[in-house]
Amino acid sequence: MLQFSLTKKILIWVVVVLGFLFAMPNGFYNRVESVNDARMQLENGNDTPEIISQASNWPSFLPSALVNLGLDLRGGAHLLARVRVDQVYEARMDAYWPEVRNALRKERASIGTIRRIDGENYDLRVRISEPSQINHAVEVVSALARPVTTLSGAGSRDIVVTSIEDTIIIELSEAEKIATDTRTMDQSLEIIRRRVDEAGTREPTIQRQGTDRVLIQVPGIGSAEELKSIIGKTAKLTFHKVIQRTSNSDERVKNRQILLPAQDEEGVFYVLEKTPVINGDHLTDAQPAFDQNNRPAVSFRLNTTGARIFGQYTAENIGTPFAIVLDQEVVSAPTIQSHISGGSGIITGQFGVEETTLLSIQLRAGALPAELEYLQESTVGPDLGQDSIDAGTLACIVAFIAVLVFMSLSYGLFGIFANVALIINVALIFAVLSVISGTLTLPGIAGIVLTVGMAVDANVLVFERIREELKKAKNPRKAIELGYERAFSAIIDANITTLIAAVILLVFGSGPVKGFAITLGIGIVTSVFTAIWVTRLLISIWIERKRPKSIEI
Amino acid sequence: MRLKLVPDNIKINFFQSTRLTFGASVLAMVISIFLFFFNGLNLGIDFLGGTTIRTDAQTSVDVGAYRSALKPLDLGDVTVTEIFDVTKPDLNAAQIRFEAQSGEEAATVEVIRAVKAALLSLDETITFPQVESVGPEVSGELVQAAITAVLAAIGAVLFYIWLRFEWQFSVGAIAALVHDIVITIGIFSLLQIKFDLAIIAALLTIVGYSLNDTVVVFDRVRENLRKYKKTLLKDLLNMSINETLSRTVMTSLTTLIALISLFILGGDVIHGFVFAMIWGVIIGTYSSVFVASSILLRLGVKRDWDKTNDGKAGTQFAGIDA
Repeated sequence: MLQFSLTKKILIWVVVVLGFLFAMPNGFYNRVESVNDARMQLENGNDTPEIISQASNWPSFLPSALVNLGLDLRGGAHLLARVRVDQVYEARMDAYWPEVRNALRKERASIGTIRRIDGENYDLRVRISEPSQINHAVEVVSALARPVTTLSGAGSRDIVVTSIEDTIIIELSEAEKIATDTRTMDQSLEIIRRRVDEAGTREPTIQRQGTDRVLIQVPGIGSAEELKSIIGKTAKLTFHKVIQRTSNSDERVKNRQILLPAQDEEGVFYVLEKTPVINGDHLTDAQPAFDQNNRPAVSFRLNTTGARIFGQYTAENIGTPFAIVLDQEVVSAPTIQSHISGGSGIITGQFGVEETTLLSIQLRAGALPAELEYLQESTVGPDLGQDSIDAGTLACIVAFIAVLVFMSLSYGLFGIFANVALIINVALIFAVLSVISGTLTLPGIAGIVLTVGMAVDANVLVFERIREELKKAKNPRKAIELGYERAFSAIIDANITTLIAAVILLVFGSGPVKGFAITLGIGIVTSVFTAIWVTRLLISIWIERKRPKSIEI
Repeated sequence: MRLKLVPDNIKINFFQSTRLTFGASVLAMVISIFLFFFNGLNLGIDFLGGTTIRTDAQTSVDVGAYRSALKPLDLGDVTVTEIFDVTKPDLNAAQIRFEAQSGEEAATVEVIRAVKAALLSLDETITFPQVESVGPEVSGELVQAAITAVLAAIGAVLFYIWLRFEWQFSVGAIAALVHDIVITIGIFSLLQIKFDLAIIAALLTIVGYSLNDTVVVFDRVRENLRKYKKTLLKDLLNMSINETLSRTVMTSLTTLIALISLFILGGDVIHGFVFAMIWGVIIGTYSSVFVASSILLRLGVKRDWDKTNDGKAGTQFAGIDA
């Protein structure tokens, strides 16, 4: 048991050296971090002399992976939001309407006149004047269905058409809903990312979670409120025809019309045509600007299609008002003075300068396909984070020294062997965390402290066993060998049970709990390695050199 | 010179007063369950939903003034607690907590702004280093995940020990585990320490630690069962516990040293978490001796570990009343 083959010896030392090598950058955290940032800049083609000199601050042959600091240590904001994916279904059905209308109009002779009525649960409803021909109408509409283009939805169609009496009900099929949800989520993630990036924050994490949730973590940002205002509203911009202006908030509206409040005047409402003339998809640019009265405004530019539609509409409707609607609020309702052909314009309303800046970012990044609903948020100030790092580091060092002293007092030279192993163990934990780019959180630090306390357990088991074997008057070499051999099953069983708890924490836990589970889990594996291989190797080297007649442990 | 906490050749009869220790354990568990139902747990926003805001000011905290400043906002149930930290005597921090507003998931920007404004009008030096808000939907899921995690951990470990040992060991280990968890929850109920997600992590660590300890004793029992075929189970268990006692004390002490330094120096943010673990190490050590082994003694155990079960030898049980 005490003989190591040369390969094994080399392998153990290689692991130990690699451990220290990969843990080392964390000792120079700020320096390596700034170097990593500079290297990133260089890759993006940003090579000012300053950045080049900054990038050479850390030798390129040394590893530069760092442990990520969690939000609770670094400070920053965390948001968990739900994307209201169902809102997209309605837009999808609106897009279907012209096609359905054209198809049904061709059949006018048999099914009579058609009329779109308001649907429920995001479906599209069309009433026909000849109820006896409803089955024929359903057939006509069904023929419009297209196959779903995802793998999971293969073989199914995108719409389901049913009927009640004289009304055709068209809704998205389940497969299409799933495909739509995926698209909505992808778009939302992309747009959130663009908005957060445009605001210039560093290293944001934007991830999809589950079917309809987004996790957004931005280190270094002042508060979750700030993050929310950057992500902002959906920024859905649409232009509608105005039917009427009213002060009655319960004004009854006709089929395919909507009632929306004015943003700038309390108690004023507009009845609008529900189908917009154009929407934000036609936007190519938006910039903060000022109107002729020097009030903050947002100037916008439409693409050629948008410009053509807008030009045609304004030419046909001179003298009538139209409404600019942003997120279900009428920001302004100017009267069309003349034919607007250039495809650019200005949105005025009750805005501050900051608002127009954010709004133009949001308009440029594109509208979110659906609203966000915030389910969970947290903010940790950078000072509190730094306090936690300091307190955690101090506690770690004190715990470490206390355990080292205690072990040396209890086991003498063998205790020192165990201490060397413990130091290697902590280095290995940091090395593994860096390499897998794991995140260190405050509970994670607690996990390391706990590991420091528990890591000696394997060695304690062995040493106690050696003591027992020595009592049976065996020679030191034999006693050590038997000690390792007989303590082995206890070490393995004890550590596997703890590892099971750590793995389960990792699977079911969230956020900070995961951070704890990761360091605990890594700590268990590395402590078994150091206890079984490293201390044993140290002891074997010592035995070979000194060949002691008796040992005290 | 060696520091030896447990003298060599120690022989303590751990089953001398089984009635007393067993009775004490059962009583503590009953009280804990009673406390849990009648006193309840001080559940954190992770599990209840709601918002907590940490404040930090230059001037001292006046809990009453904070509370009355927030009263006009009509936030429902609001609690204000001052935060103390022995290492930072000039800390003027407090934690404001209010329940989830009806119809909302996470607190809205407006609510948080209103709370901040109300407190700033009271004392303009206040800063807000930490804001957390959890909606009822997420908190419901977290409760479910927490319960699943604890049950899954117990189940997985039960299976592992059954695989490695015998079912009697498994029952003993699980009894010790349940004992530890129930009493820890009882302590949290008694002291009304905030019970949040981190505490679940601590509970699972207790699961791991308690088992760690139990398994080491059981491992020795298994070894001695093979070695001493004629010894009474009671004596054999006693012998095994005594032989591993030095290790048990050493490991518990090193772990406690580390945890206590974290408790004192680690800052107030993780106090509850570390407290749960310190408590867990103490009770986990106690239970592996006095609960797990006692149960094993009551259940008895197969003695012929070397022979394969050929049907004739059968499974032999020690006297149930041993």
